[in-house]
Amino acid sequence: MPSFAPAVALVVALALVPLTAAAQPAGARTVILSTTTSTQDSGLLDVLVPLFERARGYTVKTIAVGTGQALALAARGEADVTLAHAPALEKKYVADGKLHRRRLVMLNDFVLAGPDADPAKIKGEKTAAGALRKITAAGARFVSRGDRSGTHLLETELWKQAGVAPGAPWYIESGQGMGATLGIANDRGAYTLTDRATLLAFLKRVALEVMVEGDRPLLNVYSVMELNPANGPRVNAVGGKAFADFMVAPQAQAIIRTFGVDRYGQPLFVPIAGKKDEDL
Amino acid sequence: MDLLVEGVRRAIGLVLSGDREVLAILWLSLQVSGTATALALLLGVPAGAALALLRFPGRTLVVSAVNTGMGLPPVVVGLFVTLLLWRSGPLGALEILFTPTAIVIAQAAIAAPIVTGITLAAVQNVPAAFRLQLLGLGASRPQMVWWVLKEARLPMLAAVMAGFGGVISEIGASMMVGGNIRGQTRTLTTAMVLEAGKGDFDVAIALALLLLALIFLVNWLLTRLQQHA
Repeated sequence: MPSFAPAVALVVALALVPLTAAAQPAGARTVILSTTTSTQDSGLLDVLVPLFERARGYTVKTIAVGTGQALALAARGEADVTLAHAPALEKKYVADGKLHRRRLVMLNDFVLAGPDADPAKIKGEKTAAGALRKITAAGARFVSRGDRSGTHLLETELWKQAGVAPGAPWYIESGQGMGATLGIANDRGAYTLTDRATLLAFLKRVALEVMVEGDRPLLNVYSVMELNPANGPRVNAVGGKAFADFMVAPQAQAIIRTFGVDRYGQPLFVPIAGKKDEDL
Repeated sequence: MDLLVEGVRRAIGLVLSGDREVLAILWLSLQVSGTATALALLLGVPAGAALALLRFPGRTLVVSAVNTGMGLPPVVVGLFVTLLLWRSGPLGALEILFTPTAIVIAQAAIAAPIVTGITLAAVQNVPAAFRLQLLGLGASRPQMVWWVLKEARLPMLAAVMAGFGGVISEIGASMMVGGNIRGQTRTLTTAMVLEAGKGDFDVAIALALLLLALIFLVNWLLTRLQQHA
């Protein structure tokens, strides 16, 4: 069957390459990092991870998902170390013994962003909770991530503090990442809660403005946590600790201090290794 | 509109300049989906031929299952392959979750029913008289199957195109079992989602053009084989 053979040969030849390439050493030299999309979308991990890999001889598999999922993966022993930004939930996992040695790495802040027209008149409001109450009263559109990400968890907490329950039709759940959610908010002329780094990255494309900032609950604190090896049968605790140590060491902290200046004219994160929650 | 024009312009620049990371992503996608298609052929051609030529109780049920499988949602496959490959899952000891191998497995599972279904239809379209004639001329049963497959080779190339086209375009399974890890499991489709999410639409457009070009090239090669045979 002359006309059939070349096609099959081509596909089979292609077949052999990745199977051999994929047989890379797993196990002890591989560290699985479960983390939030914001650390990856900002580009910070693209700088830090290769440095760590070169310095310590590990291969890092970065799984960037919502913070809720990142912590759940770690608690199941599907990762070796986790970098997240949901302090209340993190402390719960630590108290349950699933995660160990929670150490602060860096912070930036969340802001309430909204359209220039500001239909609920929240611009300059001192507290996020107050602004949310005004949005509810006005029935102005608000786009929520709705995905158990760190941003969504904080948003849920803020609604609780505000003492109001958001609902349809003005409350929209996107179920998507921060970038896509900003796009929807822009399109619908809606308010949304966003981390400042992602908003900065999207300012070229969305006509949203910072409405409320500087409120204490809007601090966005990132921590690194090691796993309890008992979480799963194949946890690389040594590799996980190596990565956690690297994130709070002076070299990584120095990079965090200046990261983003070249692209946005201001740093995206503030390094805070060695500090405690109550110092912030 | 500006964004689209500017995006396409920068995309072409990115492709022409031979951006190393983009080329590596392209190559990985081609390898992974090519391997998955090859595995799907190895499984699907014998299975499809057997289903077409054999008669057994429950055959209609199996054929219905195959036809359903042709529309198997990639994200469903991704979910089940993830559950199997988790460290705590039944195949956890292999430690292949978040590797290209895991994507190959998931994509092969997506493409295999497509190849099986199209092979089944192609072989069934070969007239029964042709089979009887072969056997009457003294062909053994394996020889008969070989000649029937040969007769059905043109529609079966469509199976290759449909299988490859299906898996190189899918994203749900690649994202779930591969994890979209930079330099390791980032494929054209998962990279596109990431870049669009980051707001780097020009890179996303570049990747989209590459993906379309790749699918066209593969289909053009296969169509040439099919039409000139």
